[in-house]
Amino acid sequence: MAVTTTQPTRPPSGATPAPGARRSRGATSGIHGSRWTPYLFLSPFLLLFITFVAVPGLLGIWISLHDWDFLLPKKPFVGGQNYADLFDSGSPQFEPFWNGMKATGIFVVISVPFLVVLPLLLAILLNRRFPGRTFFRAVFFAPFVLGVAVVGLMWRYLLDPSFGMVNGVLSALGLPGDTAWTTEQPWAWISLAAVTVWWTIGFNAVIYLAGLADIPAEHYEAAEIDGATAWQKLRYITIPGLRPVLVFVVVTTVLASANMFGQSYLITKGGPGDSTRTAIMEITDLGLSQYRMGQASAMSYVLAVFLALVSLVNVWALREKKS
Amino acid sequence: MKRRNGPLFWLGMGVLSVIFIGPLLLVLLTAFKSQSESRTVPPTYFPSEWSLRAFDVLFFQDAASPVLRWFLNSMAAATMHAALVLVVCSLAGYALARMEFRFKKAIFGAIILTLFVPGFIFLMPNFLLLDKLGWLDQIWALVVPGAAGAFGVFFMRQFFLGLPRELEESARLDGAGPFRTWWSIVLPNARPALVTLGVLSYLANWNDFIWPIYVLFSPERLTLPAGLSRLQGAYTIDYPVVMAGAMLAAIPVLALYVFVQRYVIEGVASSGVKG
Repeated sequence: MAVTTTQPTRPPSGATPAPGARRSRGATSGIHGSRWTPYLFLSPFLLLFITFVAVPGLLGIWISLHDWDFLLPKKPFVGGQNYADLFDSGSPQFEPFWNGMKATGIFVVISVPFLVVLPLLLAILLNRRFPGRTFFRAVFFAPFVLGVAVVGLMWRYLLDPSFGMVNGVLSALGLPGDTAWTTEQPWAWISLAAVTVWWTIGFNAVIYLAGLADIPAEHYEAAEIDGATAWQKLRYITIPGLRPVLVFVVVTTVLASANMFGQSYLITKGGPGDSTRTAIMEITDLGLSQYRMGQASAMSYVLAVFLALVSLVNVWALREKKS
Repeated sequence: MKRRNGPLFWLGMGVLSVIFIGPLLLVLLTAFKSQSESRTVPPTYFPSEWSLRAFDVLFFQDAASPVLRWFLNSMAAATMHAALVLVVCSLAGYALARMEFRFKKAIFGAIILTLFVPGFIFLMPNFLLLDKLGWLDQIWALVVPGAAGAFGVFFMRQFFLGLPRELEESARLDGAGPFRTWWSIVLPNARPALVTLGVLSYLANWNDFIWPIYVLFSPERLTLPAGLSRLQGAYTIDYPVVMAGAMLAAIPVLALYVFVQRYVIEGVASSGVKG
């Protein structure tokens, strides 16, 4: 929204004429172009969309109905067997799949509250008027432009249990400096959640800031005249005013956390044991390393259905309640 | 709102800045340490002896890890990807914003629907598709499939809807066809949106991890993030080298971010209020 409202409109005289414009004009004659013009504009995207989104979305279901080993010539049709195996405790797929689902669930439950609340507090702080506001906003957002590879490698080093600087700084501050951040639970989960907060806090904070800008200042002024406390203003003005944004943040953050892969791939390597081996790790390892794509596709659809249900529950739970 | 921000506020801002920037500086400093100093207990913050050994190893000493090549691969893939996204999304977004045609609602609805489908669904079928196209272990595997995402089309459509129609009307009265109008009137006015979408696409592609580690195999074809994760494979990790590599991947995007942070942040902000 901010993008669409603040654009300076440039006079058309400054535009450079297109070299290819004359030729295409003949093809799309008439003031409004021919009836094929819209499809011509759409066709490059639609070609990509059909090839890499629509077809694969259906192809994945087809794959999941087969014993699809990428390296073997025969890929026999097995119907719903790959799905049934995921719910049959006797099958070899059962244990690793549900271990991954459990790890993903744990990460969602421990990371989402912090990823929803801390950016809100940061946004409220940044919404005050003070010199250097844009600068600090840019600083807090900076880690988000890094990739998970950079974030994972650097924190693996910083969190190293024996010579890592996190323990170094803690013991310099007189706190315990021998925590096994990456090799023992619950520290491994705490580390992964904390690194994710450090990495992505700016993203949700910026979304909240856009929402805060839409709350009229008069509401706060009126509340101050009535002698409202900071907590009351948060509870009765800020949070209700942010409700649509809050729904968006909760739903997208749950999905992002459920997609967690790089952090545990690089920082804990799925360990200790298999405790941080998430569902996505299980799916990619089975499907794209061991090439057992039928089983892995079935897992990915089951996970997708789970996530769709969780999203629906979130939207329902956060709906506007009529009092 | 009118309250003044006291010393406690500024202390908080200072602590937060240290938390967000400090780790990056510590990692940068580690890249200038010797391997043994990177493992001392308690750790040092500044190198006791500044050394360029890690960069020498990173760039020149390990033939199995052609890091400069990875850097160029990443740049080429991200540049081509961003260019492709800009072309296809500004064309399709313009048609969806300004033109009337049959199946418009169905097409737009299908595109929007995929915003809600998680990306991991497409990993395996797209892998097979790339195999059929002969694109596995090729740069096209990184450039093309990701350009089919719904976000760019949606983003450009929203921007075009907000542009005043008058400019296009007068261009049409002057006899310009739709393509000419799009190219010489609409696109120059869409520069901010194009910069935002271009930068976001570039960053996403440069940073992508899960896809390149599975569709690229040859050491000379890897991107920087995919290659760096393999540097970890050594028996004892040479941390100054890995940290130098991480900084090589981080500094270009941080530098880009410094110049265009307004576009990045506004682009992200706009994604949250689209509903």
